[in-house]
Amino acid sequence: MPPVTATLIWILVALVAIGLYLSWTAGRLDRLHARIDAARAALDAQLLRRASVAQELATSGVLDPAASIVLYEAAHAARQAVEEQREVAESELTQALRAVFAEPQQVDAVREVPGGEDATLELAEAVRRVPMARRFHNDAVRAARALRRHRKVRWFRLAGHAPFPMAFEMDDEPPAALIERAA
Amino acid sequence: MRIGIVCPYSWDVPGGVQFHIRDLAEYFIRLGHDVSVLAPADDDTPLPPYVVSAGRAVPVPYNGSVARLNFGFLSAARVRRWLHEGAFDVVHIHEPTSPSLGLLTCWAAEGPIVATFHTSNPRSRAMIAAYAILQAALEKISARIAVSEYARRTLVEHLGGDAVVIPNGVDVDFFAGAEPRPEWQGDTIGFIGRIDEPRKGLPVLMKALPKILAARPQTRLLVAGRGDEEEAVESLPAELRPRVEFLGMISDEDKARLLRSVDVYVAPNTGGESFGIILVEAMSAGAPVLASDLDAFAQVLDRGAAGELFANEDADALAGAALRLLGDPGRRAELSGRGSAHVRRFDWSTVGADILSVYETVTAGAAAVAADDRATGLRARLGLARD
Repeated sequence: MPPVTATLIWILVALVAIGLYLSWTAGRLDRLHARIDAARAALDAQLLRRASVAQELATSGVLDPAASIVLYEAAHAARQAVEEQREVAESELTQALRAVFAEPQQVDAVREVPGGEDATLELAEAVRRVPMARRFHNDAVRAARALRRHRKVRWFRLAGHAPFPMAFEMDDEPPAALIERAA
Repeated sequence: MRIGIVCPYSWDVPGGVQFHIRDLAEYFIRLGHDVSVLAPADDDTPLPPYVVSAGRAVPVPYNGSVARLNFGFLSAARVRRWLHEGAFDVVHIHEPTSPSLGLLTCWAAEGPIVATFHTSNPRSRAMIAAYAILQAALEKISARIAVSEYARRTLVEHLGGDAVVIPNGVDVDFFAGAEPRPEWQGDTIGFIGRIDEPRKGLPVLMKALPKILAARPQTRLLVAGRGDEEEAVESLPAELRPRVEFLGMISDEDKARLLRSVDVYVAPNTGGESFGIILVEAMSAGAPVLASDLDAFAQVLDRGAAGELFANEDADALAGAALRLLGDPGRRAELSGRGSAHVRRFDWSTVGADILSVYETVTAGAAAVAADDRATGLRARLGLARD
């Protein structure tokens, strides 16, 4: 075999190996993007659920009128917010919930009215799941970003046209009185 | 919901992670979920109906002690089959960074994967070397759970990303309702743990014992756990040795009764703890707790509000604190009361519901778990795999 052929074969082998490695990396990236999509859908669902329960409570008449208006405003704004305003609006809903349910007595008062027990449980569950879903989402974003910053991904444009993933940053500290009751 | 749980350590060897998985599985079964646990076990050991054996674990030196791990071709095949037959909505892996079933499952599965990180080992050399491989497997995990704030911090430092904190669970009422045994009562100090494992801290307690006995000669130390009893009391003067009673390995019922009986429970562990389930069990039983001030212990004891802390590995501090407690029934009753109230958050009803919320969060908007075909290797990638 002439030396030229041998060299060509080696180059071919190397190219195939590189190709396989890049395809594997692209598969990893694809999986990460799918994970972000699922996590984002879950986060949206939890945020929406929290806003709905808050709005329900605000319109049910179990809270005093001032608290009702504050909560209704915040819940409504969170549901209507456009993508760029979402983080701010959801944070404001968190703050409104914290303000309304600052006192354990307020939680007790809501629980005493008919149907209040279920509503409190639902709200307590929602305010616990939002931080969970957000952490899972941001964890996926971090993993994808770490991989996308890698040279091989940037040089070979393995990410295609997928937008650079953004973390969802908001204040999601639940009202302490509500969480203690649920526990 | 169809839940698959992966246990990395041998089912036949008792251990914290195994007990946690057993209790978790039984809690979900009681709620009516479909649960299957994949665990290493000898083929002839009797297993509960919900456990599937992944074959015998091989003892190998790992991370400073001999660990029994599962790896290799056969184990990987069993993992695949289990995933395929289970058709789970969610797979919950425990200890995904240990080179055992957890990592294999991560490698082989696709879909909603939840992982609990129990230990918080500093990153080992092997892990740095395997970082690229590990990262590719770990990035499949949709939700990470750390058992304590301390475990979460180490996890974030070593692997990046984030995790939610859900503590280990305890059946509080089982311990709270146990009947005390009269022969274990009256000026007794309790210790539960491996006798021959220095990190469990029995040597520190033995060093403190002469001082305690000098002030209160009627005190007895009750030790429950596996290990060489002769060796354990070697450092003690011969005339003090009868004050130490060894109970050997004890059943769960006896453990609860022991914790209900003792005046003070001492946890002198010197390190390697990421949670401290035994402290929660002791508090559930209403035992006043005295523990070394490890990060994890301080957190479980609510920064010292639910139990007393002493400087780690300081036998004099331990003796001083133990004597103060033994001589002050009022303080003991106060600690017991605070402990009992504090442990409600570790009860399975709370912990199990939290873990279920994690499952529901990750399964919302995601497909079920399947075997990951992309991981089968070259053949699949080239489109040559047979179906």
